[in-house]
Amino acid sequence: MRAASAVLRIVPLSVGGGLFVTTVALSLSALIFGAFVASLGVDPFGVFATIYKAAFGSWFSWQNTLSRAAPLILAALCVALPARLGLVIIGGEGAILLGGLAAAVAGIHLAGLPAIVGTPALLVAGATVGGLWIGFCGVMRSYRGVNETISSLLLVYLAVTIFDHLVDGPLRDLSNVNFPSTHPIDENFKIGNIPGADMHWGLVVGCLACLAAALYMRVTPQGFAMRIAGGNPRAALALGLPVGRMVIVVCLVGGAAAGLAGALEVAAVQGRASGALHVGYGFMGILVAFLARHNPLAVIAAAILTGGIAASSGLLQRVYDLPDATAIVLQGIVFLSILTCETLYGRAGALFRWMMPGPTSRERA
Amino acid sequence: MMSIEWLSVLLAVFAGAIRASTPFLLISLGECLTEKSGRINVGLEGTLVTGAMAGYAVSYVSGSPWLGVMAAGFAGTSLGLIHGVACSFRRVNDIAVGIALLILGTGLGIFLGKPFIQPQAPLLPAVDLAWWTEVPQIRAALQINPLFVFGIALALAMAWFFANTRPGLIVRAVGDSSAATAALGIRINTVRTLSTAIGGFFAGMGGASLSLFYPGSWHEGLSSGQGLMAVVLVIFARWDPLRCIYAALLFGGAGALGPALQSIGISEGYHLFNAAPYLLTLGIMLFEYSPGRRIGGAPGELTLFR
Repeated sequence: MRAASAVLRIVPLSVGGGLFVTTVALSLSALIFGAFVASLGVDPFGVFATIYKAAFGSWFSWQNTLSRAAPLILAALCVALPARLGLVIIGGEGAILLGGLAAAVAGIHLAGLPAIVGTPALLVAGATVGGLWIGFCGVMRSYRGVNETISSLLLVYLAVTIFDHLVDGPLRDLSNVNFPSTHPIDENFKIGNIPGADMHWGLVVGCLACLAAALYMRVTPQGFAMRIAGGNPRAALALGLPVGRMVIVVCLVGGAAAGLAGALEVAAVQGRASGALHVGYGFMGILVAFLARHNPLAVIAAAILTGGIAASSGLLQRVYDLPDATAIVLQGIVFLSILTCETLYGRAGALFRWMMPGPTSRERA
Repeated sequence: MMSIEWLSVLLAVFAGAIRASTPFLLISLGECLTEKSGRINVGLEGTLVTGAMAGYAVSYVSGSPWLGVMAAGFAGTSLGLIHGVACSFRRVNDIAVGIALLILGTGLGIFLGKPFIQPQAPLLPAVDLAWWTEVPQIRAALQINPLFVFGIALALAMAWFFANTRPGLIVRAVGDSSAATAALGIRINTVRTLSTAIGGFFAGMGGASLSLFYPGSWHEGLSSGQGLMAVVLVIFARWDPLRCIYAALLFGGAGALGPALQSIGISEGYHLFNAAPYLLTLGIMLFEYSPGRRIGGAPGELTLFR
């Protein structure tokens, strides 16, 4: 079994340090985006007020934001969990697609069963397929040393072709002429909304998954072993920790989260598998995970921020006549400044020096 | 009867390979330069979209498609510079920054390109290599994208640059061992930033080849993920600019195989042909990699392969 030589090092941080740097980064991105909008002759302060109003200004906008955040939470776990072992998985999109497809197939074939059996079966199908898909990257990593970043990216393309082939071919619902999609799942299996809110249970599932992941990392010996292996794989091997097996397990679990995201989209939103699953949740998840510095609990906050920006595009278009893509530009700027401000950690003066110095001498750009 | 049909498939794949491979060729050469210096830029999809938009817009406004190509290149350089500078800071992850630029570049391209969806910009003239034949299919196939010709020349030039020049050696050295080059007094971050910026220029031109030649229009869905493939292509080409040509032709041709077969009535597995190059790359990686050894030709500093 080969050791994973960690590409990614997560330097332990205090909560205060994290908040400080995130604030600096968000202010920086506000400055850049404000200048960008101002250069187009639009009032930047008005734009910020509109974004806030559209994303977090009312219960209605909160619901919009949270429903957009739900798939991102699970997609981000597919990146954040392997990252704890130093792995950079960028192929969550593939697991989402195939997980959604598996859920749709289960939802079609199990039609007639009671919902209490059918709905869980459909979610399990999605999580299983997603888990195996990304788990394969872990297997290749452990046994052959194949780089997981590249293999997971390659698997996205394979997933897309398999998905397109099945949805446009053997599994296609021919009564749906305009848009290749599978047959709809049994109406009974559909997951409804949280009572009193216009958003589905996927959000709760995502938050529970994050909570479970955080607890696992904090309180179980296996989680502790994982944190050692992520910090220093060589030391972990010397301790006799099964690093190779951990790599596979973490990929399985991460992939299962992404597969579950796809299954939830099918079961709660779309009711069938189609190209509407292939909208880049997996790639957004990468950024959400990096935003959260791969901390499962911070993933929830990062996903809400990202979802909030996405939710603002409609109102920006109506009030300021800005194109749809405004939200994408703002997301890009926010991600870029947060990633770049990562360099500030541990450098913001003696104020934050009390935390562990981290393995700085071996670090590179 | 049958053989003529197969011949037409072959011809269509050949034509498709040349037509579709131009953006692949340019982005893979750009990515190759960046990776040779020891960094990876997975955000070339954003560069491709921004480049396509900038090229089309400038061609429309100025009336010169060649100015458009230059504009596309400089748009790509700007994004490359952002990547290069951001990654020069300690502890900034180049893969993550690449994904952020993928989103930013795509967003900027779509945002700024909105007014240019309708108008028709002047396109690049084709290089006609079909003077020797009268067969219309062959004539059509041999209307070559001028940027394809440029890409071939660029690949040759880059191979020569890496093998025979001092700056080429510096780029390779920085990519292979930052400690050794730092000891020589070479500014590693400067070399890497420049490599990413210039690589961005080529990738931006790849975008212009989409909007100014084939398909020759600008709209939001113009690039269908070609930019992300750059990373795969460079691995397939084992960081060799000349092999980038084969890789680009193969990936371009594989995409053309499905439609070509469909045109003669074989529609089974239309989408699956697209997967062939990826399966091939995955297979190569599985067999090439042996634990504890680097994949052949990979720059030693590449975070992906350490």
